[in-house]
Amino acid sequence: MAQIPLVDYLVLDGEPHLVARECTDCGARYFERRRSCASCGGHGEDQFRTVELPTEGELTAFTIVSFAAPGVPVPFVAAVVDCGGTSVRANIINVEPDPEHVSTGMKVQLGTYSIGADEEGTEAIAFGFEPVDPALRKASDDHQEVSA
Amino acid sequence: MSDDIWILGISMTSFGKRPESDMIDLAEEATLAALDDAGVTMADMGVLAVGNLMNAAAGVGQMLQKQVGQTGIPVYNVANACATGATALRTAMMAVKAGECDMGMAVGVEKLAGAGLLAGGSKKGDSDTWEPHGRQGAVAPLDGRVGTEIMPGVFAQIGMEYGHRYGGTSFELFARISEKNHGHSTLNPKAAYTKAMSLEQIMGDIMIAYPNTRPMCSANCDGAAAAIVVSDAKLKTMSLEQQRRAVKVSASVLTTDPWEEGCQVLPNVNTLTRNAAKQAYEQAGVGPEDLDLVELHDCFATAELVHYDNLMLCEEGGAVDFFESGAPFRDGSKPVNVSGGLQSKGHPIAATGIANIWEVCHHLRGEAGPRQIPDAKVGLAHVIGLGSACGVHILERSAA
Repeated sequence: MAQIPLVDYLVLDGEPHLVARECTDCGARYFERRRSCASCGGHGEDQFRTVELPTEGELTAFTIVSFAAPGVPVPFVAAVVDCGGTSVRANIINVEPDPEHVSTGMKVQLGTYSIGADEEGTEAIAFGFEPVDPALRKASDDHQEVSA
Repeated sequence: MSDDIWILGISMTSFGKRPESDMIDLAEEATLAALDDAGVTMADMGVLAVGNLMNAAAGVGQMLQKQVGQTGIPVYNVANACATGATALRTAMMAVKAGECDMGMAVGVEKLAGAGLLAGGSKKGDSDTWEPHGRQGAVAPLDGRVGTEIMPGVFAQIGMEYGHRYGGTSFELFARISEKNHGHSTLNPKAAYTKAMSLEQIMGDIMIAYPNTRPMCSANCDGAAAAIVVSDAKLKTMSLEQQRRAVKVSASVLTTDPWEEGCQVLPNVNTLTRNAAKQAYEQAGVGPEDLDLVELHDCFATAELVHYDNLMLCEEGGAVDFFESGAPFRDGSKPVNVSGGLQSKGHPIAATGIANIWEVCHHLRGEAGPRQIPDAKVGLAHVIGLGSACGVHILERSAA
């Protein structure tokens, strides 16, 4: 089945991983298309290069959202993960969404899941981070969405 | 004569559900009260800056003029997230400082009662096939899939991040901050909520985004505030009573967030607040130890904690100890949010950045009644809006 990543900074070829746009002058990293650098102001032809992020990281901040906009399933864990010095925004997946199972400092690793297929059968793949420690993961992986 | 700017008159409407008043009624109520407080009229105003976030394109300033006085003066309609009110005030002050006029007015007004979550639920594409949209090539809405866009969740993470860095935080600690502010507002009849809440009530209420339950979130409500600013030279020509009640603006600072690692992933509300505070203390020639009271932007309980540190009310990393010491309680050494703060007084967004200055002025003038902080001479008012913008004002009692 054909696949498409939820965002363009998720790379599905081979082992799934995230990439950042890195400023070639100052090293500032971004997760979006850019022409110029908000850190140093650089805006040359080759201002940015694509860099791969490690797939493991550490949880530095999180919240458990229980009340969200219509259409957003709750509860879910929203977090910031430090991937080798680069902060990444992500959900924590495959975990019970409660403060007993989620804590800052927790080691996490990248995981992907399908959010459904479109009319042409293309499957969209989202990412999240799950605990590295299998004991902290939810017994069954029921992180599935069906909302194409 | 100096280039000091003074607050000549200032007002705040009651906050809360105000179904009898529309947005313009509220703005007018605050405007007329500020004029009466200052002992001047619209004919004395040389500039008008009006903040409103939810109808930023509507021309609320001119709508207000059509009620209170069409005198032909320049109007600035201001929107700058939750720093809108502070930005409107600065706009009026900058016109006076630039010598364009000697007196001006700033108004902030918002109708928000029952508004619910103010962000989140990013838009869906309208296609039947996955198609990348926007600057991240997203094929589906990201809110709830790649973190959260709702403010209670964003600020929850900001508080949790502080706890991760320095330790000592817990759900209960954050709830106790909220308990303090809900306790403070029992003395503020203009607050949206004036009933004390127990720790059990706060922790047992509806969870919005852990660790922020509903009473730990700022209260969406209706309200307005207005301030009249005057040049030092003009004030000296006015009555002794006006000079005595005038409050000196010792510092007025507005900052945005400088680039730092991660600042576009989770908003960094710390550095721009610390930068604003540093500049304000320098401008005013006072330090945090000189402050008799502080009104800071407790949009969520988790936010209040980090701003103890950002405003340098404590040592770096010492916000938990600062709270545990009792300092920010109204009978403590550094009272914070004696109005009840945004969690209990309420947060009609554009009004907030003037209402917090009204609170400080009230104490500096010795007019705060039962909640008066005795012999208050210097106070600080802080707001922050995501995006980000931070306003800090330091105010001093008149020597006259």
